[in-house]
Amino acid sequence: MPESYVLELKGITKNYFGTTVLKGISLSVKAGEIHALVGENGAGKSTLMNLIFGMPVIHETGGFEGDIFIDGQKVNITSPRQAMELGIGMVHQEFMLLPGFTVTENIKLNRELSKANLVSKTFGSSFETLDYPAMQNDTSLAMKKLGLSIDETSLVAGLPVGYMQFVEIAREIDKKNVRLLVFDEPTAVLTESEAEYLITAMRLLAAQGIAILFITHRLDEVMACSDMITILRDGEMVTSISRSNASLERIAELMVGRKLERAQLPPRAVEPHDQDLILELNNLQVQMPGEQVRNLNLKVRRGEILGIGGLAGQGKIGIANGVMGLYPASGEVYKDQNQIKLNDSKDALQSGMAFVSEDRRGVGLLVDESIALNIVLTSIEAQQKFLRPAVLPGVRLIDKKSVRSYTLKMIKDLDIRCTGPNQPVRRLSGGNQQKVCLARAFTLKPEVLWISEPTRGIDVGAKQLVLDLLVQMNREYGMTIIMTSSELTELRRICDRIALVYKGRVAGILRPDASDLEFGLVMAGKKTAKEVG
Amino acid sequence: METKVLTAKDYLNKEAIRAFFVGFGLPRLIISGFLLILFILAFIMKMDLTILLSDSLVRIGMNGLLVLAMLPTLVTGVGLNFGLPIGFICGLVGGVISMELNLVGFRGLFSAILFSLPLAVITGYLYAALLERVRGQEMMVGTYLGFSVVAGMCIFWLMAPFKNPVMIFAIGGKGLRYTLTLFQHFGKVLNNLLAFSLMGVVIPTGLLLFFAFFCLLAHLFFRTRTGLAMIATGANPLYASSSGINIRAMRYTSIILSNVLAAIGAIVYAQSYGFLQLYTAPLYAAFPAVAAALIGGATLKKATVSQIIVGTILFQTLLTIALPVTQTALRGADISEIARMIISNGMILYALTRAERR
Amino acid sequence: MADVNIAQPKPELTKEKQLDQFLGQMSVPLFFAFLCLLGIIAANLNPRFLINEILTRLGRNSFLVLSLIIPILAGLGLNFGIVIGAMAGQTALIIITHLQIGGLPGLLLAFLISIPFSVLFGWLTGLILNRAKGREMVTSFIMGFFANGLYQLVFLVLIGTLIPLKNPVLVLSSGIGLRNSIDLIAINKALDHAVFGPVKLGPYNIPLFTLLVIALLCVVISFLMKTRLGQRMRAVGQDMNIAEVSGINVNKTRIIAIIISTVLAAWGQLIFLQNIGTFNTYNSHEQVGMFSIAALLIGGATIRRATIWNALVGVLLFHTLFVVSPLAGQRLLGIPQVGEYFRSFLAYGIIAVALALHAWQGKKK
Repeated sequence: MPESYVLELKGITKNYFGTTVLKGISLSVKAGEIHALVGENGAGKSTLMNLIFGMPVIHETGGFEGDIFIDGQKVNITSPRQAMELGIGMVHQEFMLLPGFTVTENIKLNRELSKANLVSKTFGSSFETLDYPAMQNDTSLAMKKLGLSIDETSLVAGLPVGYMQFVEIAREIDKKNVRLLVFDEPTAVLTESEAEYLITAMRLLAAQGIAILFITHRLDEVMACSDMITILRDGEMVTSISRSNASLERIAELMVGRKLERAQLPPRAVEPHDQDLILELNNLQVQMPGEQVRNLNLKVRRGEILGIGGLAGQGKIGIANGVMGLYPASGEVYKDQNQIKLNDSKDALQSGMAFVSEDRRGVGLLVDESIALNIVLTSIEAQQKFLRPAVLPGVRLIDKKSVRSYTLKMIKDLDIRCTGPNQPVRRLSGGNQQKVCLARAFTLKPEVLWISEPTRGIDVGAKQLVLDLLVQMNREYGMTIIMTSSELTELRRICDRIALVYKGRVAGILRPDASDLEFGLVMAGKKTAKEVG
Repeated sequence: METKVLTAKDYLNKEAIRAFFVGFGLPRLIISGFLLILFILAFIMKMDLTILLSDSLVRIGMNGLLVLAMLPTLVTGVGLNFGLPIGFICGLVGGVISMELNLVGFRGLFSAILFSLPLAVITGYLYAALLERVRGQEMMVGTYLGFSVVAGMCIFWLMAPFKNPVMIFAIGGKGLRYTLTLFQHFGKVLNNLLAFSLMGVVIPTGLLLFFAFFCLLAHLFFRTRTGLAMIATGANPLYASSSGINIRAMRYTSIILSNVLAAIGAIVYAQSYGFLQLYTAPLYAAFPAVAAALIGGATLKKATVSQIIVGTILFQTLLTIALPVTQTALRGADISEIARMIISNGMILYALTRAERR
Repeated sequence: MADVNIAQPKPELTKEKQLDQFLGQMSVPLFFAFLCLLGIIAANLNPRFLINEILTRLGRNSFLVLSLIIPILAGLGLNFGIVIGAMAGQTALIIITHLQIGGLPGLLLAFLISIPFSVLFGWLTGLILNRAKGREMVTSFIMGFFANGLYQLVFLVLIGTLIPLKNPVLVLSSGIGLRNSIDLIAINKALDHAVFGPVKLGPYNIPLFTLLVIALLCVVISFLMKTRLGQRMRAVGQDMNIAEVSGINVNKTRIIAIIISTVLAAWGQLIFLQNIGTFNTYNSHEQVGMFSIAALLIGGATIRRATIWNALVGVLLFHTLFVVSPLAGQRLLGIPQVGEYFRSFLAYGIIAVALALHAWQGKKK
């Protein structure tokens, strides 16, 4: 009975600049069904949502292949406005609410009910006066559908976070003809009890015949409310199963499951071991919005490559940023038994650590400056290298000659494709920009290298090169590398151990050859793994 | 190695050339073209080019330091220092104190600078502390802070206990005059130093050397560790702080430097003009300096010493030439003030509305 | 169905908090009221003169100050570009003076003629401000100067060269450019004395019709903010991004707000000049933005919040200070200029403080 599907996707494929992010996705959602969509970061969930909602980014990047059907009718959704008209509502991850407006005003934003008057009859509907009683009436109706009572006239600014989420939902269901609601990780910002209410409200809505597409990381929520579960991995649909056939373990395994391609890595003379620690993090807390670290403990062995993995928002990104002084942190960090000052990048750098940030263009580079300056500037500032005395005593200037010869050497060693040391890095490709970032870090001659998302946004060939380079640095110079990545595959490929972060803490440390199931469960916070040797 | 280094041809495609003209060269091209037309007009109308050139040289030297004062804050990303009148007034106070003590010649000039320095550093620090708290609105706050300081200082000029009779109002015996003559003190000492005439063009050697000296200092400064730290702060504050740079200190330093340069610039301006102009005279001091920096090709986030020099030369020459040429052509209507307003503010508007690249 | 009822916490403000908030908003006007009081005592002015002066200035300036409100609500901040509106008004005045149409019909014609000019200027301003999101104020401020340059180019250079205008009353003897000052005797107080003639209440001259027009404008502004358009402006003013996502055309809404403000400023300048009765071709508009903005801020408005009452109270306080400070300076220190400088110091200072507070609070968020 294909007619009973509210939404049907058939063979959706989407390319972004030559990389395929969605491959032949087909899924269908029935009226009154809660359909969960799960997958790791980068699995393609948000692209799929943008596509359904007709976000401009899809069309600006060349559209997609495949068909979308709403109520059995083939549709071509080109704008969010059209998606709304088709009865698709979206509950955004970030709140789209105006704090200075009342609940009613927010729910009715740009869909206000109004009454005609003398002016509007001459100058058009823009001058119709707002009909507050009618709007409040609608609002309380929508709230009732959610099983909720909020004073419609109170300002959103004064509401607790959980309520804002409900106001968002109320706005969507107040739109007439709404048939399909998309929830994009709605529980990410909620407390546990608020999340429970939300799940209840979702069930309530489904019972009223609205189809719900529910995107989440939290597997227990999936098990708690969904009817159907679709799992995405690397832009491909792994499977669609009904909840009765699913178990938490099974989903976790399907989400992660990949063939392990661990190449033979060069051996070391002495393998890293627990008796020789280079770094110790005790009770580390980092206030990085969206990636909070809470009371994290971690011991790093000298000379190892330690991977840090975990789902987005769990705090893995926050660790390096906190230790290196980019975000406010507290707790204790010891390198070789010496405590390092937190919130002080200079001290971190001078203690022999370097950082290649996940935000390459935001933190890693001076995009309009030359390759040479990008590579040497941090060393000039933190270690006073590349300076020569000037005429005046005590004044030292940048030594352009040695900077140039050093940069040429780096360009050669790291195979940076460019016109020369003076080319601005803006013009380089993503992979070559990343190499400049690495060169910047290597120039500091660090004992410990923190590197986050080393291969994000660069093409396949460059990915391999970057990973090889890391292994080479580790083996040849004994550089301890702590690599944070959302891509479990690359962690499993080169790391000695992988620490998985959940809710700002290390949930477990696994060997790279541990089973997919184990990785899946630890990442989803369903299991804590003992540290392995 | 050759295989790895791509040739320049790969990057200099049409798009890049277009971007070069649109994003970087176009305003300068227009201004230069305009300047050229004025020169041709002047030549056709048989005007005395040597006088025009002499005047241009003087104006370049007398305004140069004020334009250079824009450099530090542009480099660190604080933006255009519309609060220039604050530093300017420090210079005026230095000048007035030097006059009160009846110091003449170079002693007068350098003691004026010396007196203004501590003031400029202190007010610069306070100004920086304010700007740090209003990040994102530095230009507007700077403008109106500058205006308020000028207005507040008007009361100071009226009430200050200066005694030297050449400085105070003839009637009433209280309050400084609107304009103080410097000829008996340090008027034109720099202009006349080593001045010589070359084919009828008078070269104010001392004045130009003074400006050149500061440009050289600035050039060298941006090659030191601190100078490079400032460049990084402006180019990308996150990169800078991840390199262990105290970006706040860099911003403070740049504002103080700018303030100090403005103070010295005000004294140089006054000695070249021959008068100290008090009261509301410094109100719009920032605008010509801002415009010159932008005409030179500086943006709100990046600037170099050479852009400052080029901008000063283009803008000041233009203003010098525009006045006599248009006055002759338009039977007395003075277009130079209008041209100044349109060009300088048009330039600032252009800079403000340019899409930021990221 | 109501099994998930969640009790809503009370975000209601306590009485103390309400009082705090009220005092917070009123502190600026209260401070200036206190200053005015000191000034009045120090100046020892004849109260009759003072009240007459303030009534005149209330009629003269309120319309201009009110023209600032809508851009603030639409999130564009203080519209320093009302200077451009003032230029449009003056252009209309020059045209009716040339056509020699005086009295109320002349003034009404000027109102009409100023519309196309101010709509065009407002539209251009809006376009430029949309390219400078986040620095609208500094951009509109600089645009004021830029437009002033163009204005002077047109009326000082192009008149008589490119624009053929032979009117010895208006044009300088050289035949190029308008005279520095233009007499507006023909429309002097045309609006103030319209319909009711010169109204006197005891010893006080009341610009009755102008005050009625201002009252009407207040009604229109509050009506506008209750319409769909007004709601759109408020939404854009709070968060452009969210407004855009809700399907509001942000750029268009902002342009409309600026156009309305520019048209109102043009009319405001006409009201201002008909009261004064003469105008400096090249200077009358220059200070309009600064004085109006200072008045609005003294009335307790901020860069994100402004009401009609802020405007009216602001005009009252600012112009009381304006009248009393030179005299207070004269009597306290024997130097009248001190009061004048103090006055402009206050005007600049209040704007600087408002801008700084705005940025400061924005950063805290």
